[in-house]
Order: sequence, then C-alpha cells, then structure tokens
Amino acid sequence: MNYWLVIGVSFLYLALLFGLASWAERRSASGKSLVSNPYIYALSMAVYCTAWTYYGSVGRAASGGLEYLAIYIGPTLMAPLWWVVLRKIIRICKVQRITTMADFISSRYGKNITLGSIVTLVCVLGIIPYISIQLKAIASSLSILTGRVGEVEAFPDTSFFIAIGLALFTIVYGTRHVEATERHEGMVTAIAFESVLKLVVFVAAGVFVTYGVFNGFGDLMQQAAQLPNFEELMTFGGESGYAQWFWMVLLSMLAILLLPRQFQVAVVENVNEQHLNRAMWLFPLYLFAINVFVLPIAFGGDLLFGAGTVDADMFVLAIPLLEGQSILALLVYLGGFSAATSMVIVSTIALSVMMSNNLIMPLLVSVPALKNRYNDKLTTILVYSRRLCILLVVLMAYLYYKGVAEYYSLLEVGLVSFAAVAQFAPAIIGGIFWKEGTKNGALAGIVVGSVLWFYTLVVPSMVGVNMLPISILNEGPWGVGWLKPFELFGLQGLDYISHAMFWTMFLNTGLYIGVSLLSRQTSQERNQAEVFVDIFKYSTVLESSIVWKGTAYIPDIRSLLVNFLGEKRAEAALRAYHRKYPEPVNEEGRADAKLVNYAEKLLSGVIGSSSARIMVSSVVKEEEISIEEVLNILKESQQLISINNELRRKSMELRKATEQLRSANDRLKQLDELKDEFLSTVTHELRTPLTSIRALSEILYDNPEMDREDQEHFLHTIVKESERLTRLISQVLDLERFESGKQKLSLAPVQMQEVIQESVEALEQLVQEKGIELVVDVQQNLPEISGDKDRLIQVMVNLISNAIKFCNPAQGKIIVSSYYIDGDIKVNVVDNGRGIEPEFQKQIFDKFYQAENQTIRKPEGSGLGLAICKKIIESHQGRVWVESEPGRGAKFSFVLPVKVKAPAAKV
Amino acid sequence: MKSNKEKLKVLVVDDEPSILMPLEFLMRKSGYQVFIARNGTEAIESVNRELPQVVVLDIMMPDVDGYEVCRQIRSNEGMHGAKVIFLSAKSKEADIKKGYEVGADLYIPKPFSTRFLIEKIKELSAS
Repeated sequence: MNYWLVIGVSFLYLALLFGLASWAERRSASGKSLVSNPYIYALSMAVYCTAWTYYGSVGRAASGGLEYLAIYIGPTLMAPLWWVVLRKIIRICKVQRITTMADFISSRYGKNITLGSIVTLVCVLGIIPYISIQLKAIASSLSILTGRVGEVEAFPDTSFFIAIGLALFTIVYGTRHVEATERHEGMVTAIAFESVLKLVVFVAAGVFVTYGVFNGFGDLMQQAAQLPNFEELMTFGGESGYAQWFWMVLLSMLAILLLPRQFQVAVVENVNEQHLNRAMWLFPLYLFAINVFVLPIAFGGDLLFGAGTVDADMFVLAIPLLEGQSILALLVYLGGFSAATSMVIVSTIALSVMMSNNLIMPLLVSVPALKNRYNDKLTTILVYSRRLCILLVVLMAYLYYKGVAEYYSLLEVGLVSFAAVAQFAPAIIGGIFWKEGTKNGALAGIVVGSVLWFYTLVVPSMVGVNMLPISILNEGPWGVGWLKPFELFGLQGLDYISHAMFWTMFLNTGLYIGVSLLSRQTSQERNQAEVFVDIFKYSTVLESSIVWKGTAYIPDIRSLLVNFLGEKRAEAALRAYHRKYPEPVNEEGRADAKLVNYAEKLLSGVIGSSSARIMVSSVVKEEEISIEEVLNILKESQQLISINNELRRKSMELRKATEQLRSANDRLKQLDELKDEFLSTVTHELRTPLTSIRALSEILYDNPEMDREDQEHFLHTIVKESERLTRLISQVLDLERFESGKQKLSLAPVQMQEVIQESVEALEQLVQEKGIELVVDVQQNLPEISGDKDRLIQVMVNLISNAIKFCNPAQGKIIVSSYYIDGDIKVNVVDNGRGIEPEFQKQIFDKFYQAENQTIRKPEGSGLGLAICKKIIESHQGRVWVESEPGRGAKFSFVLPVKVKAPAAKV
Repeated sequence: MKSNKEKLKVLVVDDEPSILMPLEFLMRKSGYQVFIARNGTEAIESVNRELPQVVVLDIMMPDVDGYEVCRQIRSNEGMHGAKVIFLSAKSKEADIKKGYEVGADLYIPKPFSTRFLIEKIKELSAS
C-alpha cells in the first residue's frame, strides 16, 4: 500500500481526534457534557487495551496459547473489587484533590516529598518502555502495511514524526488547565471513541479470518488441531505454568489499578462515583469481546504463514493483506493506531503531571533561592514544565524503542512495566486500609522493590541489547552466583516474570509491614492515615478533619491562591468558601484552620500535595501538634459527626411528631366545631317553639278578656308547640345515642311486611285527614331479616310522614313498595310533591343540613328525622338515598341485607 | 280609636305561623294597622305597597333573608324614617352586629317579651 497514503490517513485520523476532542470540550463548556455518563467512563477505562492487546495478544497466543488470557483474567477478577478499593481511592482523591498516584502515596504518608519523587521516577522508568512499544507497534504495522518490512529508515524516521504528533496532541488537550483536578473531557471523549474503534475493527478482522478465510470456528479449530504444538497451546499450566498463571493474574490485577493511565481515567477523570457500578461489568465485557477472536486469528496466522515467516504480533494485519483486503487492512491498522495513541496520550498526561507536581514543583518551592526568583511565574512554569515533560517522555520512549524495545516482543516489554507499577501496591492498598502504615515503611518497600525490579527485569534486557556483558546473567555480577538476575538468592524454576514478582513483592510487602511496625508516624502522617482509611466518615467535613494549629492571615492565604489560580479563580474559590462557612471574618483578618486546609487543598490540585504543604507553611506560622492531639481532635470531630447525625435524626422525628400532633389537633378542632355548630343549631331550633309558647302565654296572661275562640286557638298552639319541643328533644337524644355508639339495636327476626303495615296504620288517620291517596305494594313472602323492629318502624314512619308533608297539597299520592332484589330487601316511598333540588339530595341526610352561617331557611322539619333514619339503616348495614327531579316528586329508598354479616350492635 | 289613616302601619314578617299569630294579635291589640308577610319576598312586596312605619323582621326565612329585606327598606326612599326591629332566634354577637350594620334600629333575640316589644315600638315610632 502506498506509504504516503497510510501516513496521510494516520494524520487525518489524528486530526479527527483533535476535532472530536474540541467538539466535546465545547459541548462541556455549554453544559452538555458527554463524559458524565457511565458508558463513556467504562469505554475510557478500556485504554487498558493498548497495541499490546491489539497486536501482542495474538502474538502471545501463537507462541504461548491460552497464557495470553491471564492479562485479562486479572482485571476481570479485580473489577468487582473496585467497589471496595477503587471507590475509596476515587473518594480520597476527590476530597483531597489528588491528581496522580505519586501524589496519592506522598499525601498518605504525610505529604512527603521524597516518597512522591521516588514514585514518580519509578513510574517514568517503568512506563517509558510501555510507551515505546506503542511506538514500535505503530512503526511495525506501518511497515507491514506499506510493504517495507526490513527496510531501515534514516533518522528522523516515520515513527519519530508520529511520536511528535502524539506529543503535540497531548499537549493541546492535556495541559489546557493549570489545575490538574479539572477533567480533560475532550481527551476522555477521544479515548472512548478510540476504544470503540479498536474493538469494532479487531472483531471485524476476527470475523473475517474465521468466516471469510476459514469456514467458521469449527473448520478453523479442526485445521489448527493439526498444528504440532496445538495441544500444548490449549493446555493450562505445564511445568512451571501454574506459578506463572498465578503471578500473571496478580500482576494484571495490580496493573489495572495502578498503571498511571488507569489511575488517570478511572480516578482523576471520574465524574461520578456511581459510574463505577456500570463500569464494573461493562469493562470485563469489553475485555471479553476483544479477546474472543484472539485464538482464531493466532491459529489462522499459524496455518496461513507457517511458523516464523511473519511476526505473530502482526498476524491481525498480515492476514487481510494476504487475502487482498486492503480496506480492511487499513482499518485494522487504524484500530491498532488508535489503541497505541490512546495509551500514549493518557500515559504522558499522567506522567507529565506527576513529574511537574512531584519533581519540579517541590524543587522550586523548597529551594529558597529558586522560590524567590520564580515566585511570580510559578503558574507559567508549571504549565510549560508539563508540556516539556510530555515531549520529554515521548522522546525518551522513542529512544527506548530505537535502543531496546525493537529487540523484544510487545508482551515482554509490557510485563516489565506492569511489574514496575506493582511496586506501589503495598503502599497504596496498605495505605487505605491500614492506619499503622508509615512513611518509612512505604519508602523502604518501594525503594527495595523498585531496585530489585530494575535488577531482575531491566538489567537483563540491557544485557539483551549488549549494553551490559552477558556474564551478569550466566555467572552473576563479579562472578557472585547468588546475585544472578534470573536466579536471585538461588531461586530457580520460575520464569523470569514470576521470579521477579516473587522477590519484589515479597521484600516490598515485608519491608512495608516490618518497617511500619518498627517506626513512628509524625502527627501529619497520622492525620492523613486517619483521613485516608476512614475517608467515608470524613469526606463530608474534610476542612475540619485535617488538624492544624497556628497563626495565619487571610491576605497571605489570598495572595498565595492568586499566585497559583489567578485573581479570578482565587476570588471565586474564596467566595465559595465563605458561602459554605459563613462565619464572620475576625477583626485581625486571621484565617482559621478550616480556611488554611481549604487553601492547601486547592493548591494541591494545582501543584501536588507536598508542594502545596510547603507553600502554605511558608506563609503561615504553624505550631507543633502531638499525635495524641491529632487523634483527640479527630475523635472529637468524628463524635461531632455522629452527634450531628443523631441530632438530624431526632429533629426529623420531632418534625414528624409535630406534624402528627398538628393534624390530630386539626381533627379535634374540626370535631369541636361540628359539635359547636350542632349545639347552636339545636338551641336555635328550640327557640322557635319556645318563642311561640312564651308570646302566646304572655298574651293570654295580659288579656284575660279576650275572645273564647282566640283563647282556645292560642292554647291549642301552645300545646302543639310543646309537642314540637318534646319531639325535638327526643330526636336530639336519639341521634346523640347513635353517634356515641350507646344506641343498642335489639336484633330479632323481622318481617318487613309487618313493619310497613304497622307504620301505615299509625299514620292512617293523618292520611285520611289530608285526603291523600296511599298505595301499599309489598311483595309476598319477603324473606325475614335480622333487625330492630321498633327502629325500622321509626324509619318508615319518618319517611311516610315526610311524604305526607311534602306531597302535592291538592291531590296527594304516596306509594309505598317493597321487594327482594340481589340479596337485599328494598323499600321505596314515593310522593308526588315538589321534589328536591339535586344539590340537596345528599345533604338532607345530614343533621341540620343548613349550616349555621346560612340565613336562608330550609323548607320544613326539624332537620333531624332523616339523619336518624340514615343512622338506623346504616346500623343495619343498609343504605338509604333519595332520587328526585324537582317538580316531579321524590323517591326515598333504602335497602337492608337479608343476611346481616355480623350483629350490628354499634354504629 | 283612631281612624285607619292615622293608625301606625306595622309590617310583621316571620315564616313560622305559630309566631306570626301572636305578633299579629299584639299589634292589632295595640291599635296598629298590621300587615303580615310569611317570607322575604312577601315582605318586600308589602313594604313597597304599604310603606309601613315599623317593620318587625325575622332573619331566617326560606327565600330572601331578613338582612336583605332590611337593606331594601333602607334603600327605599319612600321608607325614609321607617323603623326596623329584628326579631330573631339568631343570638350570636356577630348576627346582632350584622343586624345593626344593615340598618336595624333594634335587635331583639327570640324568645322575646311581648311587653318589651310593644314598649320599644311605641318609643321608636314616637321619636
């Protein structure tokens, strides 16, 4: 394929990434962030799959069979543990504004500069080979694609320009903000996109090999079974195999947590802790998907090319080329290119921040001469040093690639990097779960572990490229046999990675624990240990959980912040602080411990925690604090938190109780009002007959000479009004008995027919007097019901009297009917009176349905009769209602169940 | 006995026949010319037709209440100088206050003393 075409496509692809990243940044600036979703987060974590995965897995599978899987089994096993480990690290970093792993370790062990610098150095040393194999992968894929295998390019070769291109991209999107805690949304979006691309293309290539070149999995495996080493490849373990599996799995478990690029995407770029939930299964799924076709491609390559003719690392590219699928080959190349670039970009950003914040800044701020000289330009220096570091890292990787990596496989170099970062595991994992871990312990473990790493893994690789004499490997340095790098202290029988891992991890962990137990923590260390291990307790009150004593002035703190954040951002940060802690500023302008901690935290995000510590302590006067004091204050603040929680809970309970009381009170008040209303209505109703009786009696008394006829008329009215009074009083008492539940029904089998008959007889005379036509129509053999006969008669009399009162005065007609329907006995009383307006049809069953504040009087009646009827019917588990059209009479009905479910003694 | 023309015209309004009856007797006995009304509508008609000098007025009535009747009386030019006495079972302070607000000269709660009522009508019609 044409060389310039491929180069053009590569740079076009980089331009596309540029475009994508800046589009994402613009979206984020306008508040429509792309990265605040768990899928982008999980995809960005797939930066784990580099060119090593893309090309190297196939290479490893071709020579080592299933072994390649160990590197993916480790992370898959680790993913469920993220909830315990990674979430804690994320929280700590968010709260303490930690932006790199070096800063994390330095922070945990008292913001120690030495520790941070050593971690940085080991990271740079460990990761540069890893970056270099990405450059190597790009270069080899390019040469395969363009058919220039074996040609030697003069410097500057193509990979040099690609390295510079990547460095520039990283500089543009990685160092836009000074504050490293600010997320690089453009970069993350680009990385997520690259993860999709490399997966899709790799799977496409796998499908092509399996179904295009061969006839599916079955065919491919059947042919592969003829390969001489097939059985060996498909077998786990082997001679030293199980140990190797164990160490590889452990190594990759640690790598997924500790590689600087993983720390960057998983911790620093994390938007929301909850995204971990999704990533915990999405990420292993991604690993699975990208590994499905590794074996088919590896076997396919073996079958097509024969052993040794083509570098197995490049099978995935070489097969489409062999089959003449140039478009697919170009895409495969781009997939590999994307896998490599994503790793390079993220790793260099992480390393550059580490170098600037843990090497350069501490040097600048702790050497007085340098500090005074550059004090005003620290921010500028910071940004430029980061850019320079990115360039430097990429160039070193390029040199390493040219000098060393060219002679090793992708996997061999990659594992060396894994082993380097594994050296931080004891200090980090111990640091977040074990309060007793000390700075000295961490230092001893990391230093010895790293030195051994260098000796057992890097030194042999230097021998391999003739930088050191081969005798070191065979006879040991200076002929000392037990110092042979591959058989240290006489340990034999392990492959070199397992051997190195055994010794480094054994001594590293042992020293970390041993020295920690023997050494004492400073108060600062102790404070950080408490906060790290118990981060979920402290994260809400961080400003007060860092114990600090001394004298500080707000203007000093302010100018320090302005120096690093700029005027605008410093002001905004201080305003935010005062919003959170709106305590009045004291007169001398003294800053309290909270403000000092807040400022230190802000600075940590920019220049790293140890430099921030130095800067802050340079502008304030600090007092020594003993460990006991630290512990006491922390204990108090913890107690404060739990007391606060307790108080909040109590006040919630109180509020709830108050709410209940209020509603109960409201209900009582309402009942009270109802009672008041009832009383005042009753007295009002009593007044009418009383008024009449009094007036008439007084007239009779004052006028003894009045007509006999008038006298009789008056006396008759007095008697009638007295009866009205009596009736009213007994109804009120009736109703009260029903409402208070004192009214007992004397239940017995009752014939409805009898009830109706007796009621009609009682009213017969009145009906005749008024000339009303009364029709009674009762169904024969009505079933008996259980009821209180006298009460039911009371209801019937009331309904029929109402009908008499309201029926057409000229030609009154009343129909009383009763029949059995649906398990009930139904009774209707129909009149031909003026009817009832719809709005009153419900109200008339309420006692005194007209409210007290009304001044329009209801037609007639005491206002209690129907209310009592309703009570009686309901206490028989029945129902009463009225149907009426104004002007066309009214039909009062009630139903009583034939089988009363339970004796209705009470209402 | 004075002639009809000189007799004081009294309108008695109540929806209860058992109260209307003694009131009518009382007024006639005291020598007034009596008109009766059983509800608000009848009362307003009677006012407009007869222009009584004294109106004895119930408040709770089926159609138009006593307060409204009193307002109408007060806005009727021909009723200038007429006296209105409320005679009501509503005896709350707020009801009484409202009675005076709509223009009553007197508010007597039920049950009432017949002598007191007659005395007051005499006083009011003399003033």
